Amino acid sequence: MNDGKMMRWAVPALLTLTWGTASAEDTIKIGVLHSLSGTMAISETTLKDTVLMMIDEQNKKGGVLGKKLEAVVVDPASNWPLFAEKAAELLEKDKVSVVFGCWTSVSRKSVLPVFEKDKGLLFYPVQYEGEESSRDVIYTGAAPNQQAIPAIDYLMKDVGVKRWVLEGTDYVYPRTTNKILEAYLQQKGVKPEDIVVNYTPFGFSDWTSEVAKIKAFGSAGRKTAVVSTINGDANVPFYKELGNQKISAEDIPVVAFSVGEEELSGLDTKPLVGHLAAWNYFESVSSPLNKEWIAKWHAYTKNPKRTFNDPMEATVIGFQLWVKAVEKAGSADPQRVIAALPGLEVPNLTGGFAKVLPNHHITKPVYIGEIRSDGQFNVVWKTDKEVPGDAWSDFLPGSKDIEADWVTLNCGNYNTKTKVCSGQNLK
Amino acid sequence: MQSLTRNLILMLGWVTGIAAYAGAPVSADNPGLAALLAKIPDASYADKRVLVVKMVQTRDPRVHAVLRALLDDSLYVRTSDNHVFIGEADQDSIRLTDPLSSQAAGVVSTDSVSTIGVNNQLRKTLRVALAQFDLSDPAVDVRLAAVKEMLRALDADSQAVLRSRLAEEHDSAVRSQIQAGLALADLDSSDSSIRLAAVRALSRNLNPDVYNRLSIMVLKGSEGTYGEPEPAIRAAAQESLRVIERYRKFYAAVQTLIYGLSEGSVFVLVAIGLAITFGVMGVINMAHGELMMLGAYTTYVVQLLMPNHIGLSIVVAIPAAFVVSGAIGIAIERGIVRHLYGRPLETLLATFGVSLILQQAARDIFSANNRPVITPDWLAGSLQINDVLAITYNRLYIIIFTLALFLGLLAVLKRTRLGLDVRAVSQNREMARVMGVRTAWVDALTFGLGSGIAGIAGVALSQLTNVGPNLGQSYIVDSFMVVVFGGVGNLWGTEVSGNALGVVNKLLEPYTGAVLAKILVLVFLIFFIQRRPRGLFAQKGRNADG
Repeated sequence: MNDGKMMRWAVPALLTLTWGTASAEDTIKIGVLHSLSGTMAISETTLKDTVLMMIDEQNKKGGVLGKKLEAVVVDPASNWPLFAEKAAELLEKDKVSVVFGCWTSVSRKSVLPVFEKDKGLLFYPVQYEGEESSRDVIYTGAAPNQQAIPAIDYLMKDVGVKRWVLEGTDYVYPRTTNKILEAYLQQKGVKPEDIVVNYTPFGFSDWTSEVAKIKAFGSAGRKTAVVSTINGDANVPFYKELGNQKISAEDIPVVAFSVGEEELSGLDTKPLVGHLAAWNYFESVSSPLNKEWIAKWHAYTKNPKRTFNDPMEATVIGFQLWVKAVEKAGSADPQRVIAALPGLEVPNLTGGFAKVLPNHHITKPVYIGEIRSDGQFNVVWKTDKEVPGDAWSDFLPGSKDIEADWVTLNCGNYNTKTKVCSGQNLK
Repeated sequence: MQSLTRNLILMLGWVTGIAAYAGAPVSADNPGLAALLAKIPDASYADKRVLVVKMVQTRDPRVHAVLRALLDDSLYVRTSDNHVFIGEADQDSIRLTDPLSSQAAGVVSTDSVSTIGVNNQLRKTLRVALAQFDLSDPAVDVRLAAVKEMLRALDADSQAVLRSRLAEEHDSAVRSQIQAGLALADLDSSDSSIRLAAVRALSRNLNPDVYNRLSIMVLKGSEGTYGEPEPAIRAAAQESLRVIERYRKFYAAVQTLIYGLSEGSVFVLVAIGLAITFGVMGVINMAHGELMMLGAYTTYVVQLLMPNHIGLSIVVAIPAAFVVSGAIGIAIERGIVRHLYGRPLETLLATFGVSLILQQAARDIFSANNRPVITPDWLAGSLQINDVLAITYNRLYIIIFTLALFLGLLAVLKRTRLGLDVRAVSQNREMARVMGVRTAWVDALTFGLGSGIAGIAGVALSQLTNVGPNLGQSYIVDSFMVVVFGGVGNLWGTEVSGNALGVVNKLLEPYTGAVLAKILVLVFLIFFIQRRPRGLFAQKGRNADG
């Protein structure tokens, strides 16, 4: 019901924003392209609110370059082709300077041609499967080497895991991630018979036999872990079934890449204590900046129980980077902002700095957390310093030699062996 | 009288158990425990495990409370002086107790202390350590749990503890558990006669550890040598394995069957309301899924209204959901469907519109987010029949619940006046009207009955899946599939076809994966309907070709 309330006051807040500006020339328009209805509304509505909070915050400081910021919110309704239409509307009709948006990889792939044609700028805040680098996108979420690979390293070295179940939802992100992980595990000497890969449909709910299979595979005497790229709704019945079949994290830990504070808030977490998640941000990390932002978020939403999560931090970082780049370029023109972005850095909420790299990814710290009984995470491992995002995985034969560099090479898909620039960004 | 003596003996055992601990040097301020406690706040997870083992070795009775607190996330360190306390959280404050003196140390705010974290490996060490304390507990089930816990990680120390416990233990279940565990450890003995005895002792044991360990003995390792050097012992192990494998195969088949029946029951559950509205009345009701969604939301609201009686809430939700969904169903029938009888295409479109309206209403009232419906304790967990066969309670209840619902509905249709009217109207509307049946009234009630049953199905689904606006959509295809396969207008058809589809799906799943299994079932259905358009149980009689 909170979201219902939120919508009610978000609309007047938006209207005041629009009315508060004297004329169109005095404002910089910011597009917000997140689903507010349909299956993805659960996750994306929060990000829309985060962008609105950032705009509110920046306007209180006097805006950017002396101009106020103005949000243009559209609803692509979890409908992938509609994402492209709405993106075109934002870029061509509203002439926004920047867009914050998308969650699923399929929605990003759908808007990509629009941004490349209309020369827009998109900040994408969610962890994804990599194998992409566009001139017009800044990826502030994690690439596989900033989330999946470190999690595998932790399980292998610190927990001593020998057998692996890669369990995912059947679509592009889990399939690509698992392909990378399978190649990585085999490179590390794990035998093919010690790896099981399994996919289930979106919204899968009858987990009995799948979980029984995991249990059987895991009781063969050697330490087993489940790497879960299960996305969305299916997680709730999955974790419930784990609890029912008494699979404890001490015996078979499950490490998830899509389960955060927000997803756990609808669950009884007692049976899940000890299961893991790998993210670049946890709400429970204690740092002054993190406390400050959580307090701001609670004040803005007027709800002291709203959770803060990883894609929200990525949105905050993306917004701050954009403001810095506009100030550096002295203009909000997307082309000049894109040129100004590489090399800029802003502090992460949990410590350290997020720096924009030439491949349009950023540096991020990696944390492994264990679920606590209160639905938050207890950080059990973290990287010593920030990990630079790698657009093209080094563990897949097809992408090993490919490099993305928009500063010196001006190419998102450059083969270092054949010295050819190709792929979706070829002009 | 006998049980009294038994209890007395147990009590004696317990007291000697305590005496064993008290026998260790204990002084008012044991420097050992104090020193170890002081090291805990700055220790890494690996160091903490070493500290825990050392604490157990001090044999200090106060260790038990410290370890329990550490496991429960209630061991705190005071930020100001790095002192360790056992804490009891109470909203924004924490009541501290000094673990050494057991004296209260005041109430502080959550900001001035921080929890000492544990990770999975440390948690396991803690559980095994705590189990040693529980080994001399007077309650049999506590001792049994303690033994099971210790067997998860057996080393020389814990083996010695178990052996000494075995000498004092009188309960047969605990004894056999200890013996099995020790036999498993004996497989590593260097004495071949001990190994042989251990293999024999384990010949009917279904524990997966035993199976793995025996398999290693009879298989050639990477160096080309067998895990077990003596051929006689190897043969005995082979024989034991054969017996165990037979049992495992049998129980695996039983498990698949039960899982299949449980999935089949879900199919029946989501289809049985539709079997009335679509099957008996011939109305293609696309809003059927949303009527289930309403039932699920009703469960959520009932839980909000009675937060202190979650166990009872599900029972209350069943009639509540029936009334809510039934009433909405009657409203749909009176308002829309009634005007469209005999026009299936328009009915389909109109009810599809209704389904969209209901979904959006749920989104506006309850938000697009899923609502958490709590599973009561009596529905959680699983029935452990033996080491290889466990059935989760919610699946078991679903099978029973669906069967009860089906039989109840059958009784309503066959034994009541309403049932008679419904059957009369569905067989020959004109004749029924001539005989004085108020057909319009019967139509409304029938639709209401089917809708109410859908609401009850929603209550059950709220325990299995996410309660959100899209709940209905994900089941609508399944429900039509089952009704069409079973034969329109036949409740038995729905029951049999639902269960058959469930079992087939579960039989296929291990070979093809969940995605392909579903596709194969759908493809099979298409071919089946081509051959037998009227489904498994074709309706006979006057109305059959209507």
